[in-house]
Amino acid sequence: MKIVSGKTFRAVTLPSVALRIVALPLVALLGFALLLLLLGGGVVNADVSLPNLPRGKGTSCVAPTEMMRKNHMDYLLHQRDLTVRNGVRTERYSLVGCVQCHVQKNDHGNFIAVDAPGQFCQSCHDFASVKLDCFECHATKPDANTEHMSEHIPAHMPAQPTAGSEQ
Amino acid sequence: MRRLFLAATAAAGFAALSPGVRLIELARAGLGTKLGVKLDDAVDASPVTAKSRWGMLIDAAKCADCDACVTACNEEHGLTKTGRPQTDAQWIRKVTLEDNHTGNITSLPMLCQHCENPPCVDVCPTGASFKREDGIVLVDKHTCIGCRYCVLACPYQARSFVHENLREQKPWSPRGKGTVEGCTLCVHRVDKKETPACVAACHRDGNGAMVFGDLNDSQSELATNLKSAHSEQVRADLNLNTGVRYKNI
Repeated sequence: MKIVSGKTFRAVTLPSVALRIVALPLVALLGFALLLLLLGGGVVNADVSLPNLPRGKGTSCVAPTEMMRKNHMDYLLHQRDLTVRNGVRTERYSLVGCVQCHVQKNDHGNFIAVDAPGQFCQSCHDFASVKLDCFECHATKPDANTEHMSEHIPAHMPAQPTAGSEQ
Repeated sequence: MRRLFLAATAAAGFAALSPGVRLIELARAGLGTKLGVKLDDAVDASPVTAKSRWGMLIDAAKCADCDACVTACNEEHGLTKTGRPQTDAQWIRKVTLEDNHTGNITSLPMLCQHCENPPCVDVCPTGASFKREDGIVLVDKHTCIGCRYCVLACPYQARSFVHENLREQKPWSPRGKGTVEGCTLCVHRVDKKETPACVAACHRDGNGAMVFGDLNDSQSELATNLKSAHSEQVRADLNLNTGVRYKNI
């Protein structure tokens, strides 16, 4: 049927364009930003201080600090199977070695358990709220008779590990 | 593209399966790269093999009243007594036998026999109770769930369950609540080429009844002793092929 007369309506008007292309995305963007802010990405609560760890002996750990921080749990899980099941015992990768280097002494010259509050392991584990269960079985202090071993970093163990590309 | 993919896969497969390349070494190399270190950097970082089989020969005639082995074991592993003998840990104990007819009294130390066919390993639901390549039967306490099936299964009652929270463990002998433990044949000493604490104490303070050595080494003192004099297993009828043998019982 042919339209002879009557008012014609334009589908694309200025207000409709403004709504579709400008206003709606802008509102969506603002809303999203507000949501992110509310969820509070990355703001540390001022009540909790970062762990302040006592420094271990020697110049460095058995692997670079960043690697240890990120991966020590994986190294431990892997190494414990090598040691228990296969009898592989190395001076470098032993929990006894970790304790010997990282343990502190109190004013009386006695060892403080390495999982006590404020000590090496517990500081970060408290901060990260991860339960530390190694020391339910493993000793938290070096044996008093072998204490002198902690001062000795063997000549064949370099302070820094060799580069991975040598493998 | 497809051709490239197929060629690459074939090459990788060829490399992985070619003789002399073991996948475990590739995996260890991968781990070494991940750790950023050379893995075998220490004096003895290779796994134990079945080349040796550790065992013991105990001459019950020499034992008498002595319990140097028990004292030494308790001290070596930090097995403190709580005054409750029914639940205290017991890795080695003296057993005194009296013959009903003759009245003859024999005394001998009973410890984990480190069987070749250990019942404790057979029953373990998690695989925590295992036999190492060199014959030492151990509990991997990381895996042990404390079900105590091995405690039940052992014909020699060699295993104990830890009932209490422990502190002040010896660094070379981790022990913890909720796991099962038993004689390790002083694996921490054996791996350093020393003898178990009980054997050392028997020689030092006792009557020299215990001989430790490599059952596979025909030149060892243990093997020559076993070959020359009659010895037996306790409960030989079970066919466990124990690593600990006894004389004069």
